[in-house]
Amino acid sequence: MKIALVGNPNTGKTTLFNKLTGLNQKVGNYPGITVDKKVGYFKLESGKNIQLIDLPGTYSLNASAKDEEIVTEALSNKNFIEYPEAVIVVADATNLKRNLLLFTQVLDLKLPCVLVLNMSDVAIKRGIDVDVLKMAQKFGVPVVSINARKGLGVDELKSVLEKPLSPPVQQVFKPLEINAEFVEKAKSVLHSDSNYSAWLIANTPNFAFITEHEEQELNKIRKALNINTQRNKVSETVARYGFIDNIIKECVSKKETKYSSFTGKLDAILTHKIWGFFIFIAILLLIFQAIFSWSEWPMELIDNLFGTASTWVLSVFPEGPVANLLADGIIPGIAGVVIFIPQIAILFAFIALLEETGYMSRVVYIMDKIMRQFGLNGKSVVPLLSGMACAIPAVMATRSISNFKERLITILVTPFMTCSARLPVYTILIALVIPNTKYFGFMNLQGMVLLSLYLFGFVMAILSAVVFNKILKSAHVSQLIMEMPPYKVPHWRNVILTIVEKVKSFVFTAGKIIVAISIVLWALASYGPGNRREVAIQQIEVQAADNNWNEETKNLHLMSAKLENSYMGIFGKSIEPVIKPLGYDWKIGIALIASFAAREVFVGTMATIYSVGEEGDPAQGVKAQMAKDVDLETNQPRFTFAVAVSLLIFYALAMQCMSTIAVVYRETKGWKWPLIQFGFMTGLAYLLSFLAYQFLK
Amino acid sequence: MESTTLADLRPGKCAVITGFADENVPLKLLEMGLLPDNEVCVKGWAPLKDPIHIVVAGYEIALRKDEAKFVLVVPVNIEAQLEI
Repeated sequence: MKIALVGNPNTGKTTLFNKLTGLNQKVGNYPGITVDKKVGYFKLESGKNIQLIDLPGTYSLNASAKDEEIVTEALSNKNFIEYPEAVIVVADATNLKRNLLLFTQVLDLKLPCVLVLNMSDVAIKRGIDVDVLKMAQKFGVPVVSINARKGLGVDELKSVLEKPLSPPVQQVFKPLEINAEFVEKAKSVLHSDSNYSAWLIANTPNFAFITEHEEQELNKIRKALNINTQRNKVSETVARYGFIDNIIKECVSKKETKYSSFTGKLDAILTHKIWGFFIFIAILLLIFQAIFSWSEWPMELIDNLFGTASTWVLSVFPEGPVANLLADGIIPGIAGVVIFIPQIAILFAFIALLEETGYMSRVVYIMDKIMRQFGLNGKSVVPLLSGMACAIPAVMATRSISNFKERLITILVTPFMTCSARLPVYTILIALVIPNTKYFGFMNLQGMVLLSLYLFGFVMAILSAVVFNKILKSAHVSQLIMEMPPYKVPHWRNVILTIVEKVKSFVFTAGKIIVAISIVLWALASYGPGNRREVAIQQIEVQAADNNWNEETKNLHLMSAKLENSYMGIFGKSIEPVIKPLGYDWKIGIALIASFAAREVFVGTMATIYSVGEEGDPAQGVKAQMAKDVDLETNQPRFTFAVAVSLLIFYALAMQCMSTIAVVYRETKGWKWPLIQFGFMTGLAYLLSFLAYQFLK
Repeated sequence: MESTTLADLRPGKCAVITGFADENVPLKLLEMGLLPDNEVCVKGWAPLKDPIHIVVAGYEIALRKDEAKFVLVVPVNIEAQLEI
């Protein structure tokens, strides 16, 4: 049986979902739109299988953000792929009145439903007492009281689901009484037999799930009948609250208890004029520190593991394209994905913790005014923060921003934040040209340059937001109306499941692309046109014989000759005129192209180009080889200070990440924005790198 | 007591909602329980004086002053029983 789970945000809906389905969950996508579809499975005692769909949290069916529209669609369109046979509505007993608004809307859609009252610890402490039997009688549907955290009442809920559920009879709000003509006409356009579902959609201009033709027809009707959808929805809401007030009066009693002052006291500090910002910055630094220091050893472990795997493949498989594809294409490709899991897991552990405790709402609260100056929203803080680990989950985290313009700007500027893939590139270039001097005994010059690169990324993100804010027009008013939930001790199970979910979505969206591109790049680097490579190989053989090279030297020269004459080498050479003004040669050109799979590929590509042997730390080896490289025209070292700075700027700004482009495409539903973003970022990178090189050389 | 808007209510003060400035009032405000005859208390203002943090119907929400301007209120003379 297919059951949908709906409820307001912060009601314990996710906790109940996790309790019922455990790890038996899948995250997918609804066709055509970009809202994650969370589905879980569980079995009732009788053996009945339940498929539970966790719909996004919403305050009503009057959708105002993309993830809310899916709830309206799922519950009102009988032909929708996930149209449920029954609905579980979760309501938080502490805010029963507001929670029942959504419930009465679901009731009017005539789907068989169960009302679950989540009696949180707070509700019990506040002495809220609900007459469950009376409420069930009033609404005409089963009402179950549970405590999702402790798992109380879950068995009772399951036994309710065993019995067949019938559609409710009660109609709380009657659209026909407001405007019968409008409802009837909308019904015929939408081919709907439900007054309320037609009313809902007809009052939601630009609803994502109807055809353009239907939208045009509805527009005509709205114009002809002079319909104000806003006013309609206000009358609906007022009517519903009138009904709910009566139910609450009859079924809920509240003992006067002392309101917990814990949240108030914490708020006084955490949203304090000065301390509020101080604490936020301190938490940011802690997260920052954790992402880099805690992830160090698992990342090294992953690196070694895949390195060993590649060596093993080469030693076991017969020499040939299959072994090479595995060892140099597929395994490093997968390694490039897996290596980011520790940082992403740590980042999302923190974000989940901040959200679970209720602190995230306070961050939005104190940052909103500042972010608004730049055309962003208080809610943009989370994506920008996530961008410091990886832009992919960060772009996905923008969905909670309901204003499209603010959401778009956040998506466009998030990739400027210094993600972890840039770090290996920064490290090697800094080590190459910045002296390792210490100031005042603790400030390391290299470290300070690294820190300023992070700041640079952040400043560029903000400045770009200002630019986009000036250019983009929006008809929608920016809003921030947000619940401030009481502070809570985090529920570990939820934190862990969030991490699992985010890592999974990273691996499956970005991962697929990174692996695919790695394979393409491997092919481009391993094959060349005609017999160019064979000719080059023969030349090396001759040179080796002439100069009495030993086996190792010969192999190194062979590798770099092969790369130089591969498709990738030819490509690198062909773009040399374009990148020369930035101070780069064709070798760096190859690395730049290869970096489009993922920026950190730079290091590996440089290692191949400079024919670094296997022994020792490859990064150290590359660094030494890069330092030795000489520009033949000037007879100066190739990696001068100017070139390195130019490269650092290029890597800080250019949109060199296919996976981010793919995710932006998915989130904005088209190629327009990812292409604009690519052009803007890469153009800016080119311009500033050019200026930097020309001034410094 | 004089009628004013929620945006002008000082932190620590309470008021009763009397209605809305015009029909463009964000629907979300109503959905969140800001309805006529309900009591609303301002718990605080954000460090930069916007958004504001209010208590209505027993729970807390944050909203911008631009939105709060839509909500017409009459201040009540009892000090908020808030732990500020």
